[in-house]
Amino acid sequence: MMIKAYRFIKARDYLMRAVFMLCAAFSILALACICVFLFVSGIPFIGRIGFSNFFGTTWHVDSQAYGILSMIVTSLYLTALATFIGVTTGLLTAICLFRFCPKRLIPSIRQMVNLLAGIPSVIYGLFGLIIIVPFLRDYVSPNSIGFGLLAASLVVSIMILPTIVSVSLDALNAVPRSYYEGSLALGATSEQSVFKVVVPAARSGILAAVVLAIGRAIGETMAVIMVIGNSPVMPHGLFQSVRTMTANIALGAKELGGDAATALVSTGVVLFIFTLLLNISFNLLRGGEKREKKRTQKTDT
Amino acid sequence: MKKNAHKRQILKFAVLKNITRAALLVSLIALVSVVAFILIRGLPHINMQLLFGEYTSRSPSLLPAITGTLYIIVISILIAAPIGIGSAIYLTEYTNSKSRLIRIVRIAVETLAGIPSIVYGIFGYLVFVVALGFRYSLIGGGMTLAIMILPVIVRSTEESLLAVPLALREGSFALGSSKVRTIFSVVLPCAASGIVTSLILAIGRVISESAALLMTIGMVVNKVPENFASPGTSLALNVYYFGSHGYPEEAAATAVVLLVLVMSINILATALGKFFGKGELAHG
Repeated sequence: MMIKAYRFIKARDYLMRAVFMLCAAFSILALACICVFLFVSGIPFIGRIGFSNFFGTTWHVDSQAYGILSMIVTSLYLTALATFIGVTTGLLTAICLFRFCPKRLIPSIRQMVNLLAGIPSVIYGLFGLIIIVPFLRDYVSPNSIGFGLLAASLVVSIMILPTIVSVSLDALNAVPRSYYEGSLALGATSEQSVFKVVVPAARSGILAAVVLAIGRAIGETMAVIMVIGNSPVMPHGLFQSVRTMTANIALGAKELGGDAATALVSTGVVLFIFTLLLNISFNLLRGGEKREKKRTQKTDT
Repeated sequence: MKKNAHKRQILKFAVLKNITRAALLVSLIALVSVVAFILIRGLPHINMQLLFGEYTSRSPSLLPAITGTLYIIVISILIAAPIGIGSAIYLTEYTNSKSRLIRIVRIAVETLAGIPSIVYGIFGYLVFVVALGFRYSLIGGGMTLAIMILPVIVRSTEESLLAVPLALREGSFALGSSKVRTIFSVVLPCAASGIVTSLILAIGRVISESAALLMTIGMVVNKVPENFASPGTSLALNVYYFGSHGYPEEAAATAVVLLVLVMSINILATALGKFFGKGELAHG
């Protein structure tokens, strides 16, 4: 009797273990499926229409020109610009919240920033469409076009701001207080200690914030599509209608069929490869940093 | 001479300090103005017709979008929650962190978290819309989002499982409980608040998402979906649709609805976390 019950429990343990394992394996399966489906339908297409066509500069579906080079360039410009604006402002904001702002304001500002991090990207896009684009058109743009790289970069940088602030603030807070105090004890001012000691010590966390920002900027679709104008041409200025890879995919999604739809998948493959490269290089960087830390710890002891 | 240089350096950093203050101000103004302008533009246009009325091209309504959003939340959470919680249990309870499978799962989860939502959209389009023959449908969109929110659920559930003290598990084993019993009657109840919070945050992600849905559910804004298999739309998608099809007032009003929804979900999650956090302290 007892043995039977014991066997039942044992069997249940094995069964549940298998179930949990399957759940865990699902993530691997999903990732594998995404890779297989994208690559199987995207890569052969690039081979078929020719490498030079696909990485050319003309996107004209009717004449079967599927060149996405201009969109790759636009995506990279947008990412660079938005990350630059967002990270500079966000990092400086985090430093200010870390040491240079009245203590009692900090909790409420943090809470606000966390809340704003959850705002859907499409709302930022709408904000860009009804506020930023008309403003740029009327007051800033030399050719009275509001759409373009600048509008998109501003929208995306505002969108990624809360994430950057909270991730880099966490990184700054994770630096042991003794670093700061030690620097003060050596005669540095509070500002010098923050900029020369605490910020460099938090660099791996700040790097994580930058990588997050780049990832979100290059993959952002809805906020960009509403403010960038969406003409598939090479970007030559900040106020000119251009199109990113993400916008290309989203725009064609419902209209195009056949070859053109496959061209969208291939665009997705290129985007996917960009994000994979970003993740891999970040992991390598982080791995290097960890090893470095271990080494310094060893030499310490 | 030396003293001068020293003074200059101190001055330089004092200037930097004020630059950071300016940056804080700029960030706050930018973020507050997003919320403020959306509210100013949208609030006057919210009315019963917009929220629950019959859809006509002259006076659009959000009823199809609200129904669609609910369908998608239900589908994606029903799929992603069991799988996500199950994988988190496997990652924390079953093996030591050095096992190869665990390393691969972790890499997979991290990679999934980094994939842009539009790429999930393409995947959903290829698999659910085309290969499985669902056409544009709510269920295809919900399944796509389920895969997308999986990493969110896995990570945060893992965190709340890790926060359960080892001593509780050991105590349960010492009383003769099996592994499964320990997990279900000791570990999971202790981590329940964290898991619920993570599910609420996942719902927030689902509501906010639009790019992946654009490619999978069809953006049919004028018809209330009949069932899981019919095409539909979501609130976030409606903001895009109204914004780019000449309904700026409706777009702003929809954005207000969406904003209020997402904000209250996030506030609810934070409040729950705090509430249960206190409770756990009292127990411990």
